[in-house]
Amino acid sequence: MGNVPDILELRDLRVLLGGQRRLLRKPVPPVRAVGGVSFSVRQGEILGLVGESGCGKTTLGRAVLGLQRESGGEIRLDGKLVSGLPPKRARVVRNDIHYVHQDAAAALDPWWSIGRTLEEGLRIHGIRSADERRARVDEMLAAVGLDGSARPRYPHEFSGGQLRRVALARILVLKPRFLILDEPTSGLDMSVQATVLNLLLELRRRLGLTYLFISHDLSVVERLCDRVAIMYLGRIVELAPTGEIFASPRHPYTRALLSAVPRLAPGPNRAERLVQGEPPSAARLPEGCVFSSRCAYAQTACSTTEPTLEDVAFGHQVACRRWRELRPDAWAA
Amino acid sequence: MLILKKFARDIPALIGLVIVIVALIIAIVGPWIAPYPGDIVASHLLQRLKPPSGAFPFGTDNLGRDLLSRVILGTRGALEVAVTVVAVAMAIGVPLGLIAGYVSGWLSEVIMRITDVFLSLPQLVLALALAQLLTPSLESAMAALALTYWPFFTRLVFAETRRLQASLFVDALRGIGAGSGRILFLHILPNAISPVIVRATIGMGFTILVAAVLGFLGMGATPPAPDWGLTISESRNYLPDAWWYSTFPGLAILATVLGFNLLGDGLRDLVDPRLRRSR
Amino acid sequence: MSDPILEIRGLRLTIRTDEGMAKVLDHIDFALERGRILGIVGESGCGKSTIIRAIIGILPPGAKIEAGVVRFDGEDLLGLSEGELNRRIRGSRIGFIPQDPYLALNPVFKVGTQMLEIMRWHAPDEGGNRSDRLRRHRTRIVELLRRVQLPDPEAALERYPHQFSGGQRQRLVIAAALASSPSLVIADEPTTALDVTTQQQILDLLRDLVEEFGLSMLFVTHDLGVVAQLCDDLCVIYAGQLVESGRTAAILDGPRHPYTRALLACHPDRAVAFTGIPGTVPSPLRAGPGCRFAPRCGDASPVCVVRRPHLTGDHAGRKVDCVLYELPESVG
Repeated sequence: MGNVPDILELRDLRVLLGGQRRLLRKPVPPVRAVGGVSFSVRQGEILGLVGESGCGKTTLGRAVLGLQRESGGEIRLDGKLVSGLPPKRARVVRNDIHYVHQDAAAALDPWWSIGRTLEEGLRIHGIRSADERRARVDEMLAAVGLDGSARPRYPHEFSGGQLRRVALARILVLKPRFLILDEPTSGLDMSVQATVLNLLLELRRRLGLTYLFISHDLSVVERLCDRVAIMYLGRIVELAPTGEIFASPRHPYTRALLSAVPRLAPGPNRAERLVQGEPPSAARLPEGCVFSSRCAYAQTACSTTEPTLEDVAFGHQVACRRWRELRPDAWAA
Repeated sequence: MLILKKFARDIPALIGLVIVIVALIIAIVGPWIAPYPGDIVASHLLQRLKPPSGAFPFGTDNLGRDLLSRVILGTRGALEVAVTVVAVAMAIGVPLGLIAGYVSGWLSEVIMRITDVFLSLPQLVLALALAQLLTPSLESAMAALALTYWPFFTRLVFAETRRLQASLFVDALRGIGAGSGRILFLHILPNAISPVIVRATIGMGFTILVAAVLGFLGMGATPPAPDWGLTISESRNYLPDAWWYSTFPGLAILATVLGFNLLGDGLRDLVDPRLRRSR
Repeated sequence: MSDPILEIRGLRLTIRTDEGMAKVLDHIDFALERGRILGIVGESGCGKSTIIRAIIGILPPGAKIEAGVVRFDGEDLLGLSEGELNRRIRGSRIGFIPQDPYLALNPVFKVGTQMLEIMRWHAPDEGGNRSDRLRRHRTRIVELLRRVQLPDPEAALERYPHQFSGGQRQRLVIAAALASSPSLVIADEPTTALDVTTQQQILDLLRDLVEEFGLSMLFVTHDLGVVAQLCDDLCVIYAGQLVESGRTAAILDGPRHPYTRALLACHPDRAVAFTGIPGTVPSPLRAGPGCRFAPRCGDASPVCVVRRPHLTGDHAGRKVDCVLYELPESVG
């Protein structure tokens, strides 16, 4: 696998959400948001986590961060076990991991100036000298392409793209090693997306960061990520280097996802409609393969046995009983 | 600043602000601008029940005291009651609301149920009861008012705190390691305080009104205090002939309450849009 | 060629804000031919939603139409009163599909009740007594829901909006828009909030409905890929100005206006590296008389900020508002 160490390793991670025992009423059953996810992230790589709404990618991100307690499985940071802790403790132990929210504007206290917000992380972590705090804040503001004039201003005075940078700077000030980026380009205009993505690449290079890039935008993922994991209803259905997943997707859901992206080639793209209907509710998961209810290639056995991730090629894994039969050349991108 | 410009265009709010400022000034400098400051205690029976004139613009009362002076001097009492009651109610209600909103579980439930109990107490009845237990005085009236007013603040702060502690920026703060104390007092409180300030401002006006009612019923200020409600109560026997006796204190109550209400409404329109107008 | 169903000529619109007069729309000019889908494309804040609102007349207070004509089926909509717009146009001859279906549906009424209300207002009167009409409406609604591929339409009528998923709500709203058999349907970014697989289904559905019912459609979006998939024709808007319009295929194959070229270059399907467009969108409060893209344009000349380009259309319906493509004045 090369000498680059794994910074993060997930083994059979499970998260159950909800589930209330109520007085005198029927208990609400928990929802399996994340069911048995396993993968590793190498130091310095950008791993894309792709899925549609309800697939559990945000829950997975929060579980890795530590604010969401896991219901099972292991999380290892630099080889050390860091799972099984309550959120407060988990955040201390996983201090190298930080999270950048999707909605940058909502992630900032509207009554605090940018400077104060940026310095807060340092105050919490015991940097007492005001000069040192200011120096670090200025350094990171510059790194994200803003300058000191931003410090006294308030969030509502900035554009969406600028706020994303502010949110990034706030995290970078704490010198993280692993960033979980939740939809960093959603809601941004195309012309602004590029600047944010370039910035992310630049920061990775300069500061030696590793990213877990959560997104539903396949085009962006294709250009930015080294490897991609496709998630559906709490499970990883395919995991491969980016080039390979886009050139020869093996899982029927990956194919459906890729064929649904509206491309610039003019004219209606009536390529195979590989998926019908809507995803089932996570509260009532189908038996067997999570995708079986909508899969064009589903057989009876698919609804009874849950497939595991198998190796297709080096570094390429698929969770599908029939992957051998669905040959790559049957795929027309 | 954009906010002040917006406020300046809200005429009713401006009127409210002016009235409140004028009332504050009168309360502070009352003894120096009242034409007959000694008329709190003195009585000049030769001048009793004189109609408004040059010497006595608001007329005199049944003890010959200048009503203008008494109304002016009564302003201080009215505002003192309002400020004290609202301050005490906030001092009790706001922290309780913060705690109840932030923690979940039995503590939160207990606090809110206690709040419900106090909410169900009728203000005037409690004031009367307290006045019976202790002697009727301004202090017992204020205690009764504060005890029935704090639950409103708790409810409001509870709702805001609940909403804010689930918000994204609080989540982000937890992510960077902020502790509960920091989140609660440095972040949630400043964000929750705006509707509280609006409520408190309007509450001042309401308190003045209720205090006047209590004074009228004899459950508040005692003679010879220049309390507005008390004055109106004293005037009952001399109506409708001595019309000035009740009219001017009544107008003072009306103006002050109106002023606080208009100001409070103006503040309400002011506070939120600035936050929601973030581009 | 038959006359266009919708024609906008020289539309100029300002909105009074706390900070001054915002010149939100400046010289918007385009036409939608019958039976075709026209995409209005632009980035956030360019004014594309304002164009829609100007057409149906639901502008915010403080908005003023300074000049221009909005001709629908030969009739100038700008000259109609609020009452006439309500009675004859909105919801009946022009259907509207909003961006957020959850905001368009009343959460406290059942879906069936709301759809029935629409039918009662706008459906053509075919006689019969009340129960006959109700039965006819109901049949029609169920048929519409089936047509938009909503599962189990009969049961859907008895449910509330929050009981549907995002994609299903979008279908409900589409059905509502079609309830009165409009000739023109205006869609304001209806797929922006949807997952990509759901989006594909909705786009397919819209294309099928346009063909089946002979509709004309105005489709507002910021996604060039969606435009490429769905729209026959295309208008590109930048900072309240129309920069280019014509057949989608022609524009995608050979964009002319510098902004169109720059925008296409940003799209992942065309971009070599991550390219953006340097500079920022000008504020509508401080817009000059000429082309608003000039400050960021690599091909700008001094005359660009001073005046608007002269007429620049060709016979294939392609228009480019750029001095680089001006026709000689004698032809224009």
